[in-house]
Amino acid sequence: MSLLNFLVRRIIYSVFVLLGLSIVIFLIARVMPGDPARMAVGARAPQWVVDRLREQMHLNQPLVVQYGYWLSDAVRGDFGLSLITQRPVTTDIKEFLPASLELVFFSGLLSAVGGIGLGIVSARYKDTWIDNVVRVFSYFGIVTPSFVFAILFILLFGFTLNWLPIIGRVHEQTAVPPLVTGAITVDALLAGQFGTFFDALRHLLLPAISLAMGSIAQEARITRSSMADNLSKDYIASARALGIPERVVMGRFLLKPSLIPTVSILGLDIASTLSVAFLVELIFNWPGLARYGMNAMLHKDLNAISAVILVLGAAFVTVNIIVDIIVAQLDPRIRLSATRSA
Amino acid sequence: MSFAPLLLEIKNLHVHYAVYGGRLKVLDGVDFHMRTGEKVGLVGETGCGKTTMMKAILRVLPMPPAQIPQGEIYFNGRDIRKMSGNDLQRVRGRGISMIFQDPTAALNPVFSVGEQLGAVIQYSAERGKALSHQEIHQRAIAALQEVALADPERLLRSYPSQLSGGMRQRVCIGMALATHPQLLIADEPGTSLDVTIQDQVLRLLRTLVAEKDTSVILITHSLGIVREMTDRVYVMYAGDIVEVAVTPNLFANPLHPYTQGLISTVPRLTGGGIASGIPGRIPNYLTPPTGCRFHPRCPHVMDICRAEKPPAYRVDDDHEVACFLYRTENRV
Repeated sequence: MSLLNFLVRRIIYSVFVLLGLSIVIFLIARVMPGDPARMAVGARAPQWVVDRLREQMHLNQPLVVQYGYWLSDAVRGDFGLSLITQRPVTTDIKEFLPASLELVFFSGLLSAVGGIGLGIVSARYKDTWIDNVVRVFSYFGIVTPSFVFAILFILLFGFTLNWLPIIGRVHEQTAVPPLVTGAITVDALLAGQFGTFFDALRHLLLPAISLAMGSIAQEARITRSSMADNLSKDYIASARALGIPERVVMGRFLLKPSLIPTVSILGLDIASTLSVAFLVELIFNWPGLARYGMNAMLHKDLNAISAVILVLGAAFVTVNIIVDIIVAQLDPRIRLSATRSA
Repeated sequence: MSFAPLLLEIKNLHVHYAVYGGRLKVLDGVDFHMRTGEKVGLVGETGCGKTTMMKAILRVLPMPPAQIPQGEIYFNGRDIRKMSGNDLQRVRGRGISMIFQDPTAALNPVFSVGEQLGAVIQYSAERGKALSHQEIHQRAIAALQEVALADPERLLRSYPSQLSGGMRQRVCIGMALATHPQLLIADEPGTSLDVTIQDQVLRLLRTLVAEKDTSVILITHSLGIVREMTDRVYVMYAGDIVEVAVTPNLFANPLHPYTQGLISTVPRLTGGGIASGIPGRIPNYLTPPTGCRFHPRCPHVMDICRAEKPPAYRVDDDHEVACFLYRTENRV
């Protein structure tokens, strides 16, 4: 019951956050130099065409009124036409977002499993060579941008070893499943096409790992240091002193409190992956939202930019709600204070 | 009582902490023994190594930074330091229990009382006698009732942050006694609580150990508690045992200058008021004083005290002191 309460409150807050974000997006789009109407029709169009378009786009009205029009359209899912693709922005996003979400989801999964796993191993073998290897890897992982990993992986696994495909979402000759969610792995499973599913997974592997490397390294570091900190706490000494076996002390009484900071950071990392993925999407020719958004920015495609930023904002807010729920499940102190204030 | 078998014997225990810039030589060759059924007190100022010694017994010192370069710790005749994982776990489960100084730190903040108490009960069960969930639950309820906590069902579902300090301390005592240990180590129980709650907790502890005839090591810096609850007292200063005596003897005839100082710090109702105490403070363990570690604070310091570490002298059958003032007596 309290969880539902918590959820409802968080969603209401989120609506306000997104409203604030929409105002910022709208203002930035309008204060950018250059006339959107002129850019839409091109440099050689006659002035009267531009003027008529300005009228149509409500560009001659006060900003507040413009924002009102813009918001009421946006709420109905209408962000206007994209200048580059000449299609409704919403159609574009419907096409590109699932591919990005699929990529980010798998990369997040790898970050969680890989990062927490390495962190536990590192803490378990603290101050041995294993720990040192993990720590050195972590520093490299954190300072190296994901596109460097992408290129290295393509060279190693794509060209030299020839193990994994390096371009696109599925092989050219693979039957594409009927479109349901837009995520090929999910659609393939829904259609029962396991061959396509594995092919899509193989295509996902390299871009997902490239994206996850930084976050794996970060998560490993945080998990290790929070486990190492908690290891010297009295509650661990007490659990040991009262005869609880070492594997239970480590795997249960040490792990749970230590995961709290990791989960918080992991959530933020996953959410930001969605927006920083553009280089990886570009390198792997992955038709994702980050690449679409980057293109829109380079071409001053204001409608597309606004929509992409709003979608990213919504993704951040959603991930944060999920993280808060997981952290509240892990930490009773947060759970209890949340219900008390409700 | 002195015919009862030896329960715990510590020989020449050294504990060092490796820190930036050197090694803290906290325990410097400690000897300690107690027999089954004894209630032994361990007194000394904060920072003199009492807790370190107790954690070393159960092998729960954080290593690193702690190191044990030498020493033997026999429990029922077997060296704990040489035990395998399984044997050690059995000693911790059914042999020795420990109540930690600060109940807030000793309880895991993200597990309910029931989960923590349940795990202690589950894993302290005899080998091959796995307990059902129901049995664990019943024993957990019984453990909480034993420490006079009301509404144990609700308490099992509570988290440490929902309990008062006194309740947490009772939960800790309940957890420590739920394993039916032969030896209970109580590290300054109640020090972090206010005086009336502390008094209640100590009374409860005294009743429980008397009922079960558990052997006890009680760590404290309160001489009043020692006098009430123990048969024999070890006095510790800066990592050394400086005096051992049966409790009444220690109070009637304190021998070591440090013990004398300690006893004189207790305010008396009859005459004197608050006494002078002991000037100075516990030394730095990085470069501890040569010879007797107490010599910089000692009112009777002699040349030999600076040069040599005093051995233990037996002054009386039940009274030993490590001080050169008594060097005409027999060495232990």
